[in-house]
Amino acid sequence: MTNEPARQFAVDLAVIGTGIAGFAAAVFAANRGLATAIAGNTGALAYTTGYLDLLGRRDGGGEAIDDPWQAQAALSEAEPRHPLGRVPVADIRDGFTEFTAFLGRHGLAYTAPGERNLLALTPVGTCKRTLCVPATMASGPRALASRTPSVIVDVEGLKGFSGREFVANLGPRWPGLATRRIAFPGLPRGEVYPEVMARALEVPATRRAFADALREAAGGVTSVGVPAILGMYRPDDVHGELERLSGLTIFEIPTMPPAVPGVRLRELLEQALPRQGVTLIPQQKVTALKFDQTGAVLDLADAYGAIRVRAAAVILATGRFLSGGLVARRDGIVEPLVDLPVTQPPSRADWYGERYTDPRGHPVHRAGLEVDDELRPLGRDGRPHSERLFAAGVNLAHQDWIRSRSGAGIAIATARRAVAAAARLVGPVAPAVGADGQGVRRDANATPGAV
Amino acid sequence: MNADTHPQPDPSGAATLDTEVLIIGGGVTGAGIMRDLALRGVHSVLIDKVDLCAGASGGNHGLLHSGARYVSTDLEAAIECRQENELLKRLAPGCIEATGGLFVAVEGDDPAFGARFPDLCAQAGIRCDELTVADARRQEPHLSERLTRAFRVPDATVDPFHLALANVDHARIVTGSIYRSHTELVRFEIADGAIRSAVCRDNRTGASVVVRARQYVNAGGAWAMNIARLAGCADVSLTYAKGTLLVNHDRMTHHVVNRLRPPGDGDILVPGGTVCLLGTTSTRVTELDRVGPTIEEVDRNIREGSAMIPALAHARYTRAFSRVRPLLQNAGTAGDRAASRGFALLDHAGQNLSNFCTITGGKLTTFRLMAQKAADLVAARLGNAAPSTTASVPLPGRDAGRWAEPGAAAKLWLAAKDPSDMILCECEMVPQSAIDEILATAGDTAPGALSIEAISLRSRVGKGPCQGSFCGIRVGSHLYDRGTYVDAGGLARMRDFFDERFRGQRPVIWGQQAAQMELAEALHCGLLGLDTLDAD
Repeated sequence: MTNEPARQFAVDLAVIGTGIAGFAAAVFAANRGLATAIAGNTGALAYTTGYLDLLGRRDGGGEAIDDPWQAQAALSEAEPRHPLGRVPVADIRDGFTEFTAFLGRHGLAYTAPGERNLLALTPVGTCKRTLCVPATMASGPRALASRTPSVIVDVEGLKGFSGREFVANLGPRWPGLATRRIAFPGLPRGEVYPEVMARALEVPATRRAFADALREAAGGVTSVGVPAILGMYRPDDVHGELERLSGLTIFEIPTMPPAVPGVRLRELLEQALPRQGVTLIPQQKVTALKFDQTGAVLDLADAYGAIRVRAAAVILATGRFLSGGLVARRDGIVEPLVDLPVTQPPSRADWYGERYTDPRGHPVHRAGLEVDDELRPLGRDGRPHSERLFAAGVNLAHQDWIRSRSGAGIAIATARRAVAAAARLVGPVAPAVGADGQGVRRDANATPGAV
Repeated sequence: MNADTHPQPDPSGAATLDTEVLIIGGGVTGAGIMRDLALRGVHSVLIDKVDLCAGASGGNHGLLHSGARYVSTDLEAAIECRQENELLKRLAPGCIEATGGLFVAVEGDDPAFGARFPDLCAQAGIRCDELTVADARRQEPHLSERLTRAFRVPDATVDPFHLALANVDHARIVTGSIYRSHTELVRFEIADGAIRSAVCRDNRTGASVVVRARQYVNAGGAWAMNIARLAGCADVSLTYAKGTLLVNHDRMTHHVVNRLRPPGDGDILVPGGTVCLLGTTSTRVTELDRVGPTIEEVDRNIREGSAMIPALAHARYTRAFSRVRPLLQNAGTAGDRAASRGFALLDHAGQNLSNFCTITGGKLTTFRLMAQKAADLVAARLGNAAPSTTASVPLPGRDAGRWAEPGAAAKLWLAAKDPSDMILCECEMVPQSAIDEILATAGDTAPGALSIEAISLRSRVGKGPCQGSFCGIRVGSHLYDRGTYVDAGGLARMRDFFDERFRGQRPVIWGQQAAQMELAEALHCGLLGLDTLDAD
């Protein structure tokens, strides 16, 4: 190191990665009083639907799962190296409760994790099993379960969301399902964008006009599904007021990502975490991570120059290929930041099977980091790379989050466990608070200048 | 001639089509025969078991050879290429980009070949200008620093899909000739030394279709030997060479770039619109269907290609594809590269059939000539004295295929300035009006029968960096909106489209494509559940 960056600060825990796993880790750490910094590019979060899956299907082409808790217990037995199998069921439950409570406190209420999976709606009229859905979407699974006659209202100029498609696919098992198309109030003819409509609905006059249009489209039916456009920053308020104005029960259906529910999550977390005392360094990639006797050193840079973060512990929540936590090279898969060994198929020819939508998935998905029970990534010698380094989320090996519909579950469960392990390493801090309590801020040794 | 163009139900329940000529095989040759005959006033039906250019016609570089490629191995083929190249540039400019071609040698390549090259070109009448290495690299900055020699020749690029669509469209306009996709020949009814009818199957519905014609043309390309055998003809002898090519996400050169050496692997890079194609390998195969690119072939193309253009080693590839080329077995013992690229027209007179012929072999560049020769034979047998006019009548630059041209959709959309005409494929700027236009002309009326592949074939849908993973969903929704899809079958079509696109993506998934694929799979399988349509 030739030049010491001008901006340096120290924390108990540095979280690298700003997907669900990284954000959940920051929430859990803040709630436990750890001085926490989080850095990373939040791009991929916008691709989430807002649904928080725990375990929707059995791995490897198995059947749909209605009881994810029982399935997790079975997974733990059958596949002890599966990331979800490494976390006690009570911790997973607490993790979901704690994370959704945090989101709810900041204006994005979720259904509480239940005993069974919900059958949630998709934009094309298929269903997926998930554990928690945003409150704005909650009436959808209920209407489907009770076969409540409903009207799916789609919007002129919103491509990739067709009420006719939704009804063509779900209609056969949902009697009384119909669709109507409306023009979004106040927008010129032509293509319309979910984010634009969501922001427009934060304005009272637009809400009133939209409520009128919904009531008319409903034509006497009281349950209405709409694309997920009901507000960006205060979706619960927007949703509630639209229901009051129209007298309808309204549910959102996710649209094709990147979409409003993902952007809501991203914006909420970016705003809420600093209020919890977390130092957020958004949209910046950590360029180097080194460990010495006293802790970890992270180097990154923003528009104002270099930043150095010293941390007692680090959680690597860097995702897979889309987020850059793993890099697929022509000659193999690597972990680019620390060069951790990556468990992977023997050669590129083995990465994918022949059929893309094969329900069994593809071997490449099970590639990832090898960890011990504390979620410490293992080095090439099979021992933890560092006592201070933990990993969380879908960068871990031995799981296929896509086929098993378990992305959020793996993220939240492993973030919870990694934070617990990191907290033990860091030692006693300000008293931890309960899952529903406010996080207690512990002052960082120094605050970064311009971040 | 007024042939009956509407299928008539017959007592057995099969639809019957009556025409003068049945052409089997919707490659560029079959499409060319259809147009050549139409210009002589002859009505025909063209069938393909998949769709236009599903075989080697759609699986090549799209290189309109100047002939220089063949000067060292097949002078006759080189001369044919030169003549057809000049002719097509004049008659079908809408399908062709006159890029020019370079032949370049790098350190280590045999200098003797480069020394002979200008003379060989001269023998074939091909214009060939030597460039200094510095000049070549100024014109094509991606060329290797280790370049030793460069020549310019009149190579060009041609869009085979556009070409086939334009030929079919012209034949439809002139004589009402009919093209039927997904129609596979099952057997011939033969009596008294002539084929009486062809029994076909609609591969989407399973329905039987009988075509009654006076003449039958086998333009089956690599499948020609199999088709000939259905007619009892044992005189077509082919071997098969599989070639694998890669689609590079970016256009790296203005010219076609060939390696200045005897034809080998990975030695041609052909720009096309906003992308470029690198290839090819050549491997003897015995299997005709379900051939796919392998990782090894992909890596071999990249290794060889990067000797000419080093940036190819680190470029982003969006897909790879393989097709089987038919090689005529009359070339003796030389390797497949040296085997005849010429074509053969067999009249099967020695096989006791008076109304059947086979045309196979050849290459994209000479498709028109092949079509002319076949049509000459067919017309003579029909007693039609009209000469071929495809060497003088321009190919109408009509609308057919206009959405298939890389980069064209964006221009057409901008020119129309209709705000309600939304872009469905954002990578390639294909608007919904393009899909509607294809819907109107694709000829599929049965609800749910139209595949998204068929739309992709006729447009740029799915051909950009996302390879259809987003636009496939939007196009699917649009087809539901239009009432083309009415039930869960539409989602199965969507899934099949993604599965089909994946076959070409699979061997080039690394780097950014791995990220793209993860996102696509999370969307298609994780959210929409297209992996479990059958289970749920």
